[in-house]
Amino acid sequence: MSGRHRDKVRPTVADALEPMFDGARVMVGGFGLCGNAEALIAGVVERGVKDLHLISNNAGNLGKGLAQWLRAGIIGKVTCTYLGNNQDLHDAREGGVVDIEVVPQGTFVERIRAAGAGIPAFYTPTGVGTVVAEGKETRDFGGRTYLLEEALHADFALIRCRAADPFGNARFWRTARNFSPLMATAAKTTILEADGLVELGAIDPDDVHLPGIFVHRVVEVTDHEDPFEYRTVREQRA
Amino acid sequence: MSWNKQQMAERAAKEIEPGSIVNLGIGLPTLVADYLPDDAGVWFHSENGLLGMGPFPFEGDEDPQLINAGKQTVTVVPGGSTFDSATSFSMIRGGHVDLAILGAMQVAMNGDLANWWIPGGKMMGIGGAMDLASGAERILVLTTHTTKEGDPKLLGACDFPLTAKGCVDRVITELAVLDVTGDGFRCVERAPGVTEGEVRQKTGAPVTF
Repeated sequence: MSGRHRDKVRPTVADALEPMFDGARVMVGGFGLCGNAEALIAGVVERGVKDLHLISNNAGNLGKGLAQWLRAGIIGKVTCTYLGNNQDLHDAREGGVVDIEVVPQGTFVERIRAAGAGIPAFYTPTGVGTVVAEGKETRDFGGRTYLLEEALHADFALIRCRAADPFGNARFWRTARNFSPLMATAAKTTILEADGLVELGAIDPDDVHLPGIFVHRVVEVTDHEDPFEYRTVREQRA
Repeated sequence: MSWNKQQMAERAAKEIEPGSIVNLGIGLPTLVADYLPDDAGVWFHSENGLLGMGPFPFEGDEDPQLINAGKQTVTVVPGGSTFDSATSFSMIRGGHVDLAILGAMQVAMNGDLANWWIPGGKMMGIGGAMDLASGAERILVLTTHTTKEGDPKLLGACDFPLTAKGCVDRVITELAVLDVTGDGFRCVERAPGVTEGEVRQKTGAPVTF
């Protein structure tokens, strides 16, 4: 007998992705290209799975990140919040290749949080009186109308962090955290791409952003492209 | 005469109370931060998980993992914090953000806002717009008074898909500052040289002065 929290560290990306299967619901962390699990994203294309239901804020941009999955034709459905200038996603939508569900961002992350927390549905004020409310139950509380939204579960979460230990305790960097720690809670199997693997105890217990209970496989990847979407600077002080 | 974009942003900055939490939408609203005094004590929130957002970095200091909701590289001020998206939207939905300054495609006289999709056009998505519009304590819209084709953006009712119902408090355009009254717009200030007639003519709903 061996509990599922033994031996999480995997030697390669391919090994870490071994349990993935066709038709899986896959959450991928990142806000656009910020905080992407770059090696896992590329690894999924190599792994050869298809008909995936991608759950991610943007599905890539500039041909990078998850746009690689769109170009490889391995996605059947996308649940996202924003298409923006992601031409690959616009093409996939307009070509009818991919079924796209667009969700308000706060509702998107709360649906994920609810799934991870064992809450099947919740009421939110966001989207009342808009197309988002179509076909959904509403209820009034304290004189205001709220919309019933259901939890969003996944088979896999692919996330990236700055540092992780062998149990999967993780720390993120700046705004690269975004959806990732919530997605980790909502997936049956969470695969973590760590910029650096550190010893147990190296992350102070008070500084753990994501406790290892939500992580199942860890792979260390030290090299990342970390592309800029919009590199904006101000003039140097005189 | 009317206000240019910088003057619109400067006028919008006067709506920000010292010591408040403010979220600036993508586009024109981002200019507002440039017109606040250094001692305003205003904390900028960015819904991708940042409170205490500072200006763009100096060249060479850009961090691809420190961005705003428009995916531009930014900085974090002393006292700022970063957090996950659920925490960030708790701040918004829970009414902890005092003011959101948003762009608009249409605003109705009852405060309905449409700012995410023009049917027939490219569907950019919703992002944080619906949560901000329905969750922030006060909504200020910063927009041109009319479309590029000259059609009014301030209307009796919105034709485009709504972002949120009855959420807008005040609108600042290149012509005027207008409050939503329910049965029209009340003009509380006009740009220098702009007449009541011009504001009336370019607004698709009754205007009082």
